[in-house]
Amino acid sequence: MNQQTVIDNDLLKSPLSGRDLEGAWEVPFPGEVHPTAGGGIVISKLDEVINWARSNSLWPLIFGTSCCAIEMMSTAAAKYDWSRFGFEVARATPRQADVIIIAGTIVNKMAPVLKRLYDQMADPKYVIAMGACATSGGPFFYNTYSVVKGADHIIPVDVYIAGCPPRPEALLHAMITLQEKIKMGYTREQIKMQPPSPEGAF
Amino acid sequence: MTNEDLKITIAEILPDAVFEEGAEWLTLSVEPTIFKSFAQQLRSISSLNFDFLFCLTCVDWKTHFTMVYHFTSTTYRHTIVVKSKLDRNNPEIETVSDIWRTAEFHEREAYDLFGVKFINHPDLRRLFMTDDWVGWPLRKDYEDAVNMIKL
Repeated sequence: MNQQTVIDNDLLKSPLSGRDLEGAWEVPFPGEVHPTAGGGIVISKLDEVINWARSNSLWPLIFGTSCCAIEMMSTAAAKYDWSRFGFEVARATPRQADVIIIAGTIVNKMAPVLKRLYDQMADPKYVIAMGACATSGGPFFYNTYSVVKGADHIIPVDVYIAGCPPRPEALLHAMITLQEKIKMGYTREQIKMQPPSPEGAF
Repeated sequence: MTNEDLKITIAEILPDAVFEEGAEWLTLSVEPTIFKSFAQQLRSISSLNFDFLFCLTCVDWKTHFTMVYHFTSTTYRHTIVVKSKLDRNNPEIETVSDIWRTAEFHEREAYDLFGVKFINHPDLRRLFMTDDWVGWPLRKDYEDAVNMIKL
């Protein structure tokens, strides 16, 4: 058995070619090693290499509206240190960010601000809804006059995190999940950009 | 001043004051009609010198409203809580924004969310809610068919 067969060829198919999601959660670098004399060359698709590159340089927007933001700060700080996974370049302006973590309750007054921030972010952009409030309104779902019942009423969300607030590990897991989604081309932004396939799927 | 000393001093200027027991800070209730002059004295009497209103809020008890004022003195470091019972159908009390400027915004907030009318307030209008909002959201009987999911 030589080196090549270690890479499962099925895993390297792009989502455009109808790859099965199941069991493909760990996404390797896209491509095959083609051995030549004196080393080897990697054969890959440009789209997938771009997705791989994008997934590994996510710049989060500094955005937090309540206690989830405290957990987010903790995740960014020394103990949990999200820069281990490549998120350390948090930006204070949407023009330079490409992932927004909705860390906290979105109230009716904040909704247009969130929409504007999202619109100002450059494509491709990704959204993580952190915690119960951003997912569904959470503890403020009933009997409240001011809270938006889920941030997905305003902007499309790629990854949801449960918890009130979620622990830093959960946020890290969500961000790694987002990376996997980007690598597979399954984020809302990427699906929107794809040309319609003849089979109708994706 | 200790709570006991404060109680003696306040009993002198307001003989019919009703004190509550068992709280960390000295707590008393006054009628809304005499509240303004009492508040003025809290600030002007030099041994009291309550120069900081650090909390102003309203409580809806369904039968009535209670205004709650927290005063402290930055020189003597003593604190007092003053409550005043308001009629729920016509909640009105004199403003203290001319004595403590901070009350200007606090009273606007209480007006915005409870509908308490502060007499002689310089600029009594909504603070958090939009200007065209109808109703007082923090009242217990508040209904909002558009934004609220009732449980």
